[in-house]
Amino acid sequence: MKVLTDFLPIVLHGMLVTVALSLGAMVLATAIGLGGAWARLAGNRAVRLAALAYTVLVRGMPPLVLMLLLYFGGQTAINATADALRLEPLRIEPFTAGIVSIGVIFGAYLTETFRGAYLSIPQGEIEAGIAVGMPPLTLARVVVLPPLMRLALPGYWNIWLTLVKSCALVSVIGLQDAVYAALSIGRSTREPFTFMLVVMVLYLAYTGLADLAFRALGRRLARGTRTAGV
Amino acid sequence: MYAFQVLSDHIPLFLTGLGNTLLLLVLSAVLAFALALPLALVVTRKVRVATPLIEAVSYMFRGTPLIVQVYLLYYGLAQFAFIRGSLLWPWLREAWTCLLIAFTLGSCAYLIQILRGAIEAVPHGEVEAARAIGMSPFQTLRIVVLPNALRRSLPSLENETIFLLHATAIASLVTVIDLLGAGRNFNTIYYFTYEGFAIAGLLYLAIVGFLRLTFALLEKKLLVHLRRAGI
Repeated sequence: MKVLTDFLPIVLHGMLVTVALSLGAMVLATAIGLGGAWARLAGNRAVRLAALAYTVLVRGMPPLVLMLLLYFGGQTAINATADALRLEPLRIEPFTAGIVSIGVIFGAYLTETFRGAYLSIPQGEIEAGIAVGMPPLTLARVVVLPPLMRLALPGYWNIWLTLVKSCALVSVIGLQDAVYAALSIGRSTREPFTFMLVVMVLYLAYTGLADLAFRALGRRLARGTRTAGV
Repeated sequence: MYAFQVLSDHIPLFLTGLGNTLLLLVLSAVLAFALALPLALVVTRKVRVATPLIEAVSYMFRGTPLIVQVYLLYYGLAQFAFIRGSLLWPWLREAWTCLLIAFTLGSCAYLIQILRGAIEAVPHGEVEAARAIGMSPFQTLRIVVLPNALRRSLPSLENETIFLLHATAIASLVTVIDLLGAGRNFNTIYYFTYEGFAIAGLLYLAIVGFLRLTFALLEKKLLVHLRRAGI
């Protein structure tokens, strides 16, 4: 018990890294997802194809492989560019690399989520908006976004959960998160089970809290709609 | 590119990786399905203690990262003397066994939810009709409910299989030479930074393509009654 209380702050600090990482990556993934969905639906042929290639490639590879590929491949690409331009190569810091790689990976999944949600909006509503002469931005804000958020929520929630759990893999690119802390403390104290269990409980608490938030959000977004039977 | 020139010398390495990845995928998928089907039936029956218990354990597996579950088994179990002394220890200390257990249970937790949803989606009129013509509850399940539910769950099963394939890449973090492990070894031999990961990534992509194709054929065959008229 003494061991646990002594080392708990380090694991908790690691969990803070995980929380910050997951929130940052989700913001980036949401932006990429919205842009990607727009590209897949509205872009010209080349843009549509590029967006399709992005989602197919990314969703076809394990997040762990992509994380390593983006981190090491990205650093190599930056070094090569810097060499060519005779500049001092920029070293990417693991936290930034983590946010960027996880954001890019889950941006592809969210592209499909948002695209599906957009396609489920009754097209008549959008046509009506155009017919009354709404400018594109007003149309997006008033007509498209409210139902889009409601329809995308279940998929978004799912991707969020997967994203949070993928954050446990970031120690492979050198980020000192809760899993990394638990592994090294477990090794030196000879109590690996105890500390890994702590990480498990912390993740369960984090995902559980987020579940409550999403449930509340879902109720809010569903105001003014009727669902079958319920 | 240099990496592709030397790749031909290391085909056996990648084949070993491919073999381990596929074996882990197939074994854990089959075991998870075999475990999930009866558990999903218990959940849909709303049995008093068992249903909430299964739901809670399934939630726990779905709410925590698989890598943490793997580490808990692979590094964690050695903490307990009674486990180190048990008859199962020669298996439990192997990374392969720990991975198989973690993947099976992790995937099972998701499959329970998928199958539960599919079973509950079977129109109740079909069950009543089956009972009305005198089928026993077991016959109703075998002839009416399960075929219908399993067909409906095909798209979700496809996604779950692909997620399970993605999850198997974790094997490389606990010493097993799977596809990613082969890519990592390839990098180490030549001091490559990322080329091995790229090759492994392409092979994963090929497996996903194969899985999608297989499921597409299955769905075309089995979901023929759901196809809309005129398309």
